[in-house]
Amino acid sequence: MARLNIDRARKYFGSYTALDDVSIDVEDGEFIAVLGPSGCGKTTLLRQIAGFDKLDGGEITIGDRLLSSPERHVPPEHRKLGIVFQSYALWPHMSVAENVAYGLTVAGVRDPERARRVAAALDLVGLTGFAERRPGLLSGGQRQRVALARCLVTEPSLVLLDEPLANLDVHLRASMEEEFSRFHERTGTTMVYITHDQAEAMALADRIAVMDRGRLLQLASPSSLYREPANTTVAGFIGEGMVLPARLLSKPEAGHCKVDVLGVEAVMRCRPDQAASAQAKICLRARDFSIARDEGGLAARVERLSYQGGYFRMEVRPLASEETVLHLDAPEPAPAAPGETIRLSIRDGWVIPEADLAA
Amino acid sequence: MSLADAATTRTRVVETGLLWGLVLLVAVLSLLPIGRLVFEGLAPGGALSTSSLGKVLASQATWTATANSLVTAIAGTVLAVLLGGTVALLTTLTDIRARNAFTFCFVLPLMIAPQVTALAWLQLFGPSSTLLKLIGMAPPLGSKNPLYSREGIILLLGLQYAPLVFLTLRAGLRALPKELIEAGLAAGASPLTVLRTVVLPLMTPPLIAGIALCFVSSLGNFGIPAFLGIPGNFLVLPTLIYQRLAGLGPGVLSEVAILSLLIGLIAMVGILLQDYMLRRRDFRITTTSSAARPFELGRWRTPVEILLWTVAILILALPFLGLITTSLIPAFGVPLNAKTATLANYAYVLLEHAASKRAFVNSFLMSGAAAILIVVICVPLAYFIVWKKSRLLRLLNVAAELPYAMPGVVLAIAAILLFLKPLPLLGFSLYNTIWIIVFAYLARFLVLGLRPIISGYLQLDRTLEEAAQIAGAGLVRRLVTIIFPLVAPAAVAGALLIFLTAFNELTVSALLWSSGTETLGVVVFSFEQGGDSTYASALAAVTVLVTIGLMLSTLLFAKKLPQGVLPWRD
Repeated sequence: MARLNIDRARKYFGSYTALDDVSIDVEDGEFIAVLGPSGCGKTTLLRQIAGFDKLDGGEITIGDRLLSSPERHVPPEHRKLGIVFQSYALWPHMSVAENVAYGLTVAGVRDPERARRVAAALDLVGLTGFAERRPGLLSGGQRQRVALARCLVTEPSLVLLDEPLANLDVHLRASMEEEFSRFHERTGTTMVYITHDQAEAMALADRIAVMDRGRLLQLASPSSLYREPANTTVAGFIGEGMVLPARLLSKPEAGHCKVDVLGVEAVMRCRPDQAASAQAKICLRARDFSIARDEGGLAARVERLSYQGGYFRMEVRPLASEETVLHLDAPEPAPAAPGETIRLSIRDGWVIPEADLAA
Repeated sequence: MSLADAATTRTRVVETGLLWGLVLLVAVLSLLPIGRLVFEGLAPGGALSTSSLGKVLASQATWTATANSLVTAIAGTVLAVLLGGTVALLTTLTDIRARNAFTFCFVLPLMIAPQVTALAWLQLFGPSSTLLKLIGMAPPLGSKNPLYSREGIILLLGLQYAPLVFLTLRAGLRALPKELIEAGLAAGASPLTVLRTVVLPLMTPPLIAGIALCFVSSLGNFGIPAFLGIPGNFLVLPTLIYQRLAGLGPGVLSEVAILSLLIGLIAMVGILLQDYMLRRRDFRITTTSSAARPFELGRWRTPVEILLWTVAILILALPFLGLITTSLIPAFGVPLNAKTATLANYAYVLLEHAASKRAFVNSFLMSGAAAILIVVICVPLAYFIVWKKSRLLRLLNVAAELPYAMPGVVLAIAAILLFLKPLPLLGFSLYNTIWIIVFAYLARFLVLGLRPIISGYLQLDRTLEEAAQIAGAGLVRRLVTIIFPLVAPAAVAGALLIFLTAFNELTVSALLWSSGTETLGVVVFSFEQGGDSTYASALAAVTVLVTIGLMLSTLLFAKKLPQGVLPWRD
């Protein structure tokens, strides 16, 4: 069993709260991404799980083994985890094979068993034939693969990945993403993947934990994170969501309710238990708008057009609320020029359940 | 308890044990000797008394030596600052060529033992100078060698420690952001005005640090006043202590302890004065960027280069030539020519003379042991200081500077006080064995190894260690298989620095040696005192060659070193 349970984890650095009651339950074999801007506490969380820092409150358990609590701290070398570091952390004085074999040597595994497992791990990451190279002579992608092989050769029950793609070229990222994904499928290892890149998190993870300022904001599947953000911060952070004030006009019915947003009436998705409120917040995406041909809908002035290849990103200001900026995508050719007024209809949207959490 | 719990406990025991072992070791090496010395000053022989203190303070010799020490140290420092400072400005700020080679040559005297420098310069002047005879310019027999004087001591102290000022000032100049100079030039100031109004004021901290270092080193120097002062009975505190102890034996230990406390006190005042002066004003430099583009000397470049190399030849090649020529003649006073030239002196010191042969073995073994032991201590020590941020060890880090910052005689007397009586529980005495010298080397040169190894750690990505930790490796295994190989270049540099310094050292061993535990410094000193300048020169020439050889060997792996670890390398 490699179920990772983080229960109300707290960590302070002086008077600064780096982790504020974070609870995450990771299923055996699950791929969890921890997503957030830099300084949100995701790296602190990783260092707690790995055991590099001591916890000030709460508990971390793997299976039924308590690893961290304010009273108890199992040092990293006895946690039996794997980590892939952002900097790869390959030992420059050892060959690729020696790097990969290190964990086995430490665990007392001897040749030929050790050599067999090193060869198998290198084969798995497609680096057969690189065994005798020095890490310094490898490309970024190859180093990443060595780091992966080194971490998996001991078959850890839990693998932590600390922004593993951050140092790679854009074109390499896509292929490494695929590699991680295949890897997870093949080995069934529980993985915790730290990243600030939401596209990466969306593509890879079963569930995503969104963090901000030391708090866990939402833990959900990529799809529900995108479609049903729990609070305004998540709504704004994920998928360039636009958060707008709205008035709820009806009780929820089959997961939908009527709202008044910017003076226009629209139907939006909401929780079945959503309470009526005059001060609700809703989340809109660019694709939720369409340009209306008739006189109805939301009147807005076009502010800026920027060509994105095949379509335009349009920034508009509603006439009813000049300080709000909305954005939507319009196909070629541009339907309006900057300065012109267009009419928008709102096709979809989501009533944010915890609107009062807004910072 | 489960298996995992037992392993966790074991890990904790190992780490805590290692930490406390290091704390204890550093305390024994740095605080214990100084503490013992202070105790002896307050309570000579174990009983509270002021009789020794009164005797020492009432003695005219004490105050004459103190005055001599102050005069030579201050004047020597002034000379070193003028020479080292000018050379640092010229080599760092202007576009002279062959900078690396010049730096190596200019810093070399620092790595050569002071007693060898003194010996070499003595061979250069005086009626028996082989070199002067060679060119027919030797003064008439019976005239005094001008170096046997206060001025001679000041001159050599200045030359010996000019590289110290050079090094600290140059490090400061290289950290100076080029914008500050360029802003001055853009405002219309001439290069000389910029130098006077921008560069020099900002260089106050390194200059003061260099001055303090120079003063403390000059004050504690033994080799130069021993060779130049003792024959003319011009005594400074270190030589006074040496004479007392050598002449009267351990019976006067309480008195020399007070004398060494006195010199320690003067050194302390110098260090505190430096601290005070640096605190008075804000010298912080805000931006960091690449080093300034050198000032173009234009048509002055070649003359300046000639001047610099002349200085290098004067202070390096010429005295060494004096040393070599003296080492090649059969007896002191015989002129050197094709007929008289002989290698017999080398054969004698290397193959025949028992004490001299022993000294080679002793110096090699003791310096080597000190270098290796200090590296073995410093790799885990720096680990706890840099990465574990152990507060206790950070304090001890400061304490570890003490035995090196203090004049060498202070530590030597402290070591005698500690080890004269048999060790408690063990029942044997380290006095008159090589171990007292090894102990003194460990204490004195610990910081020489610690500094480069700490900068080695600072350059290292800690995830390299964390990756090993996650792989299941305990602290000791990580230190051996991961950390040591990664800091090895810095550790080797530190070890070499320790080896060279210990190999050329005389101050400590002059007071601690006994028959059978002679060091090379001691044997050179005895040869010269016995009038055997030819043997002394031959032996000194060999040590210089070993030193230069080892310094050059570091160029092989210099690329892997953190900047500034080796003084003779950029």
